[in-house]
Amino acid sequence: MIDQLDPALLARIQFAANITFHILFPSITIALGWILLFFKLRFNVTKDYKWMEAYFFWTKIFALCFAMGVVSGITMSFQFGTNWPGFMETVGNIAGPLLAYEVLTAFFLEATFLGIMLFGFSRVPGWMHNLATFLVAFGTTASAFWILVLNSWMHTPAGFEMRDGMAHATDWLQIIFNPSFPYRFTHMLIASGLTAAFLVAGLSAYRWLRNDRVPAVMAALKTGILTAAVLIPLQIFIGDLHGLNTLQHQPQKVAAMEGLWETQCGAPLVLFGLPNEETRQNDFAIEIPKLASLILTHEWDSELKGLNEFEGNHPPVAPVFWAFRIMVGTGLLMLAASWVGAFYLWKRKDIIKPLAYLLIPMAFSGWVATVAGWYVTEIGRQPWLVNGVLKTVDAISDVPAPIIGISLSMYLVIYAVLMTAFMTTLFYMARKAGQKKSEANTPSSGQTVAEAVS
Amino acid sequence: MNIFTNGEWLPLSFAALMGLSMLIYAVLDGYDLGVGILMKDATDPEKDRMIGSIGPFWDANETWLVLGVGLLLVAFPKAHGIILSSLYLPVAVMLIGLTLRGAAFDFRAKAKIDHKHAWNNAFFAGSLITAMAQGYMLGSYILGFEKSLAAIGFSLLVGACVVAGYCLIGACWLIMKTEGELQKKSVHWARVSLWGTMLAIALISISTPLVSARIFDKWFSFPNIVLLAPIPLITAVLVIALEVLLRQLPKPNDRWCWVPFVTTIGIFVLCFHGLAYSFYPYIVPDQLKIIEAASAPESLMIILVGALIVLPVLIGYTFVAYKIFHGKAKDLSYE
Ligand code: HDD
Ligand code: HEM
Ligand code: HEM
Repeated sequence: MIDQLDPALLARIQFAANITFHILFPSITIALGWILLFFKLRFNVTKDYKWMEAYFFWTKIFALCFAMGVVSGITMSFQFGTNWPGFMETVGNIAGPLLAYEVLTAFFLEATFLGIMLFGFSRVPGWMHNLATFLVAFGTTASAFWILVLNSWMHTPAGFEMRDGMAHATDWLQIIFNPSFPYRFTHMLIASGLTAAFLVAGLSAYRWLRNDRVPAVMAALKTGILTAAVLIPLQIFIGDLHGLNTLQHQPQKVAAMEGLWETQCGAPLVLFGLPNEETRQNDFAIEIPKLASLILTHEWDSELKGLNEFEGNHPPVAPVFWAFRIMVGTGLLMLAASWVGAFYLWKRKDIIKPLAYLLIPMAFSGWVATVAGWYVTEIGRQPWLVNGVLKTVDAISDVPAPIIGISLSMYLVIYAVLMTAFMTTLFYMARKAGQKKSEANTPSSGQTVAEAVS
Repeated sequence: MNIFTNGEWLPLSFAALMGLSMLIYAVLDGYDLGVGILMKDATDPEKDRMIGSIGPFWDANETWLVLGVGLLLVAFPKAHGIILSSLYLPVAVMLIGLTLRGAAFDFRAKAKIDHKHAWNNAFFAGSLITAMAQGYMLGSYILGFEKSLAAIGFSLLVGACVVAGYCLIGACWLIMKTEGELQKKSVHWARVSLWGTMLAIALISISTPLVSARIFDKWFSFPNIVLLAPIPLITAVLVIALEVLLRQLPKPNDRWCWVPFVTTIGIFVLCFHGLAYSFYPYIVPDQLKIIEAASAPESLMIILVGALIVLPVLIGYTFVAYKIFHGKAKDLSYE
């Protein structure tokens, strides 16, 4: 049966599964690294040991996420060759140097200093440990920089010319700062900030609910909620700008996000609807007149291009449409949760039970929004792999379907196992930290650490 | 030298860089994976100590693989496609192994204590699968990706050989990084795997010229045969010296505990040299030459400049890391 499946489809499912699994962990580590540095610097300034406790607890989680990010990332670096040889053959001259710079400037940096950051605390002087922590955070951010340059270039290619069917670089600055890059990079960094902030807040709320309310937990909870409260409005603002940029370069993607079939002036915002590609309309649509035009062009009556202008050359509508709503919906929920949290922290210096119950599942809201956002971006680029340059189907390898089926099943099994282990371990670590705390938390240990660190 | 005038030096330097990072990978991740495989034969406290010896390093070690594959990808896109799609399944198996190993490394210390045993097994299995798959890929590469039953048998055999080699370097790493009972045990492991490694080297050296007429000519024509002779001779000397030394270890005051590790690196380097010489100038054996597979020179130049700036810094801080964790391994602690 499996050999009747389309190898291209299987390869795409496999790629999507692998990158989805991978992005979950970098989206935590990119920002968690900076949060750890913050904990450490707060300790250096205040000498309050709670910051160190928070640092040690979150370092363990950081290590776990980092390891998962690394192993899934290694899978990614083989994927181009095993499944998409046409990609490198066509745009290798551009993708190659970008990937090489990522390995050289980011991967080695973070991997080497991670060892010092995690296990070198009692072996190196305090300043060196701070430096290692900084370099790890910097390294993860640099990884994101290079990979997002490449990804953005795939959406809005610039600074190249085609010779004999191959892309050749003409201007590296244009390639790196291609039109969608600043938006995508900022939006992704803030997404990571939100993902880490909600994880910190959610897991701390879990400990709070278990009556583990030592100062370290409260400090982390506060850091999480306040970071989220600051970042979410920024994220919505940048998201809006990102959409405007996309409208300029990939109008068919925006039309799919909005579920807009006909070109029209004063286009409505579709709150709900089931996009139907057969009849080319939305079933059961609930719309707010003119709002889409307003959001996307900041004018009530301007024209928006509909999908019918791009027939045969636009992405599948339903997944883009839905993924977009999931992302924005999660974003609005984040806004509500973090602002309510910030309000109570300001008013009462504490949170309330219903909010704690909400924050626990929201520990993973960053994952939901990030993955949904990536699905909008990536599915919205189809049928192109590199917009206007290379179609996805032309990049495929000739590995037969059953073989891809085998590898795909292996990946799915191991991802399911690791995901279960990750989730249970996360909460287990939170419970264990609470038990340890009630036994030993003498100020003298804080004193010694204070001496060791400063 | 005409390679400088006709621009061939650029692809060739990239082939050399790629080979170098694969070699560094085999040495560095080789010892990690070896330690992982040897863990099967250790007691629980010994396992913690063994993990402690590789903890700060394994991630950076693995990155050399990313660099090696990355260079193949960026400098030789055509070869990259052929090699990785021909080795599709063993690559997938290796990735599963690496995933299992890397994840188990962290989970074994953080998950519930009654799951630790299962994660230890996963760590062992991941290391073994990875080593086996890498050897299989090497075997398959030597045969130019032939798909016959005999070829599969040969590749499996090379897989077992690589396992032996990694165990050897892993054991030698442990001799250097541990003390007491565990160190004695490591000496024993090293001696057993040295035999395996010897067998492996002999096997690959005999069969490689037999399966490839081109390599046969390359090795056994005059004057090559005289120029190449030092490689097997020095290898043999190193193997014998290592065996003699291992019989006497550990010495008082732990003298020479680092010598087996360095000797093994020497053996790895020589073997690698032999392989590299045999395949040159091909990047896909008998199908595609290094020059034919290369990317555009402008792109290679950009990467080369970056690499020349970054590599010294990289080697510098790698050195710092090894210095910080110099000496006998302790159990790992975040605090
Ligand atoms: C915590 C995560 C998160 C949150 C709350 C939001 N986003 Fe987002 N969004 C992402 C995480 C993300 C992302 C995963 O980071 C994406 C995928 C690719 C990218 O650059 O960012 C993304 C893509 C993305 C795109 C697609 C751009 C393209 O590829 O052409 C648009 C238009 C928006 N976002 C807009 C928004 C708006 C209007 C939001 C308002 C609530 C919003 N995002 C919240
Ligand atoms: C920044 C680095 C990224 C690069 C270079 C990249 C590259 C690619 C490539 C080569 C494909 C083609 C395969 C295909 O069409 O299926 C693809 C598709 C896809 N990617 Fe990405 N991707 C990146 C990030 C992400 C992330 C972070 C996610 C999700 C979390 C993601 C989700 C997807 C999905 C769902 C598809 C499938 C689209 C479809 O086939 O309909 N990508 N991407
Ligand atoms: C096709 C696309 C991708 C490839 C080939 C890839 C490859 C890799 C590899 C090999 C690693 C491990 C590095 C190490 O050994 O330390 C890694 C880690 C990382 N990746 Fe990716 N990646 C991809 C997509 C992404 C995306 C979309 C992002 C985020 C925007 C990202 C951000 C990171 C970060 C921050 C790390 C280091 C931190 C961590 O591992 O948690 N990557 N990636």
